[in-house]
Amino acid sequence: MMSSEFFTTWFLPGIWVTIQVTVYAAALGAAIAFGIGLARTSRFWIVRFVAGIYFEIFRGMSALVLMFWMFFALPLFGWQLVPMWAGVSALGLTYGAYGSEIVRGSLAAVAPAQREAGIALNFTRWQRLRLIELPQAWPEMVPPFNNLLIELLKGTALVSVITVADMTFAGNLLRLGTNETTPVYSLLLVLYFVLAFLITRGMRLVERRAKAGIGQTPEETGFITRKLSARGESVQAGSQSAGGMG
Amino acid sequence: MNWDWAVVEDFMPRFWDGVLVTLQALAIGTLIAFALGLVWALAQRSSQIWVRWPVTAITEFIRNTPLLVQLFFLFYVVPNFGPSMSPLTTGIVGLGLHYSTYTAEVYRAGIGGVPIGQWEAATALSLSKGRTWRAVILPQAIRRVVPPLGNYVVAMLKDSPMIATIGAFDMLGEAQAFSNETFTTEALTVVGVAFIVIAYPASLLIRALERRLVR
Repeated sequence: MMSSEFFTTWFLPGIWVTIQVTVYAAALGAAIAFGIGLARTSRFWIVRFVAGIYFEIFRGMSALVLMFWMFFALPLFGWQLVPMWAGVSALGLTYGAYGSEIVRGSLAAVAPAQREAGIALNFTRWQRLRLIELPQAWPEMVPPFNNLLIELLKGTALVSVITVADMTFAGNLLRLGTNETTPVYSLLLVLYFVLAFLITRGMRLVERRAKAGIGQTPEETGFITRKLSARGESVQAGSQSAGGMG
Repeated sequence: MNWDWAVVEDFMPRFWDGVLVTLQALAIGTLIAFALGLVWALAQRSSQIWVRWPVTAITEFIRNTPLLVQLFFLFYVVPNFGPSMSPLTTGIVGLGLHYSTYTAEVYRAGIGGVPIGQWEAATALSLSKGRTWRAVILPQAIRRVVPPLGNYVVAMLKDSPMIATIGAFDMLGEAQAFSNETFTTEALTVVGVAFIVIAYPASLLIRALERRLVR
């Protein structure tokens, strides 16, 4: 049976490592998802093309193979990564590609009239994105991103094969040491399930806030212009086309 | 950077062995996932709570835990109680079981998407339960489920290298063994590229299917 000493030296730190890998890979994945997702909606075909290639490569690649490659093959090209970072980058690159599809899809789902309204107000492209399109795409994005986060949590078990001492690694050590396989792997499965459950619960709060956050209150009228002028940005609303309509 | 085509050439025979094992795992795993998923989906529609509840609990548990740990569980724990299986068999069962919980959701959504009027029409025509399913519901549900099912086949392909961790000689298993013996990295790179080369046309195919079926 599992000794308490083993539990404190391997399993507890293992849980912490699993959480760390999840958080780092999620952060990297989210950054890539927004970067590539926005690039895929770019006006310039070359930007779209390059981002599209990234998407196709990392969506088609197996995360485990990528991890192996980064850990075993990359050093021979002269680039040695610490196991933890090889694992985090492989997971981040993969889930970033999946996430970019969520970003692209939810931006495409914003009603075209909203974009046109932004154009009519003479907003720059960046202002439109920041003040009109992203805030409306956000509630659409959150639920699929939560699913992706659960997938990512499960994906972190892969880092154990490149010697990162996460929970799965601790479980494998214990199996080698004691052969007590039944309690070890049962406990592991339960631990992952509990972590996934906690994430789902936590993200449900984010989901509710995102849904509630869409401005429909009367005070929100003029929200965007106030927000802009507070930042010292100018809006020449209707400077040209709407000029004669007053 | 020293890329050696001679090493690639040496690896090729074993690469093809690995491809065969990967495709075999994928094919049988897909069959299990598709069939078992339908069983889960229908069981979750059961009117008996003692059928519905445990099935929902089991599928939720499988879906929210890592495939890798499930493979370890099947390989190291199950022999304590029941049959001990070869690494490849364990891998195929694990892949199929894991993805059956995803396909169950697809079936559930597909069946749930058939308009309620279709059920009522079947009742009005006093069709039997079997005929309602075979002649009315399933033909309409299939159009909705094919594209997402296809996506899960691609996802299974990408998760299939995990069976190498319990000692099955799929593409990754062969590449890993070869790299360890020769201290080279070409094999891992070849396998990485192979996954993209297989997965990309597959996803194009699914997109084309999606356009044809869902309109």
